[in-house]
Amino acid sequence: MNTTRALVPVAWGMLWIARAPLEHEMALHMAVQLPLLIGVGYMLATFLRPYEPRWFAESDWLGIPGLLLVVFATSFWMLPRMLDLALSEPWIDSAKFASLPLLAGLPLGSSWPRMPGLGRAFLWANFIPKLGAIGGLYLAAPTRLCAYYRLDQQAAAGIALIAVAIVLGTCWSVIVFVGSPPFWSRAGIRRQRARHEILEAGE
Amino acid sequence: MTRGFALLLGLVLCVGVGALAWATEGFRVITSQGARQLSIARHPIPVPNVRLVDQDGHTFSFADYRGRTILVDFIYTRCPRLCGVLGDDFRQAFSRSDAKNDRVAFLSISFDRADDRDTLRFYADRYAAKTPGWRVAMPCDAHGLSTLLQTFGITVISDGMGGFVHDGTIYLVDESGRLARILDPGTRIAAGHP
Repeated sequence: MNTTRALVPVAWGMLWIARAPLEHEMALHMAVQLPLLIGVGYMLATFLRPYEPRWFAESDWLGIPGLLLVVFATSFWMLPRMLDLALSEPWIDSAKFASLPLLAGLPLGSSWPRMPGLGRAFLWANFIPKLGAIGGLYLAAPTRLCAYYRLDQQAAAGIALIAVAIVLGTCWSVIVFVGSPPFWSRAGIRRQRARHEILEAGE
Repeated sequence: MTRGFALLLGLVLCVGVGALAWATEGFRVITSQGARQLSIARHPIPVPNVRLVDQDGHTFSFADYRGRTILVDFIYTRCPRLCGVLGDDFRQAFSRSDAKNDRVAFLSISFDRADDRDTLRFYADRYAAKTPGWRVAMPCDAHGLSTLLQTFGITVISDGMGGFVHDGTIYLVDESGRLARILDPGTRIAAGHP
């Protein structure tokens, strides 16, 4: 358990070291660095879950405040102006490295399980097409949105976002219409084990 | 639903909306260029008195323009694309402006350290730019260049093919030597002064 916990600072540190090459390309900045920083916070949330204060769990009704925070934090760092500022101002980049894990990934990990299934479906169904639409806008925009990225880099970022949207959309559709694979979650593994036991008992 | 929920929700809404309002200058801009345009329009900033050298080899500075409005664009003479469009636009506006009307001056500044007097001369001849109405110039030293780029808020990035990317923005320096307006990229001034 302790080794997996070490993944959080190690992953964060690796992203920090790799920030220059990742931020050099708009596509890597938006479709790789930002999601991975959120992922680091999400991992942290899974480790911190046993220590979550009671008052927070009770106040974060259905995960609504937490997920709202995720929406704000991610929208903020996807603004073209903030992408520029992250490149020109080192303290803004540091703020990004602190706030994306702590204000987007961490609340995502802690609040997501509290959100009811219908709410999660609503969020997925909103997020995926929106990601694709933003990608389409970047791909088609005739002017540069960032001072630090060329038009072709912006178009590549658009393609990357569309690709992410397609992959997420495919996975989500499979899960919704076919069902998630049993190895996906502990509950799934438990269910499968129980099914085996019933079958064995029947024999 | 508890009081804690209401407090938490309120806090998230305040912080979130506040942060987005800060980043977008009150939900008006999403790009750094837009934020800069807004800030300059509200608070014009004095242009430092950088010394430049023009296509005739004469040195001059921004202070020499006091009392006149200057339309400034940033170019590099090897530019295969946008600088040509900018040059054409300036040429039309310049040829239309009255020779005796010395209230408006044109100034094309090269940000390429590889440019020299000959290349400036070549660019000026291509668009019939004549001093003192339209100077094609470059800062005398690298420090002057970085001061100008910083003041005008210009980020010069490589286009990956040995050239530079720039958006062809035209800047307006007012009679008292302040950067007062940043025109939208693509604004054509030849059709009439802004």
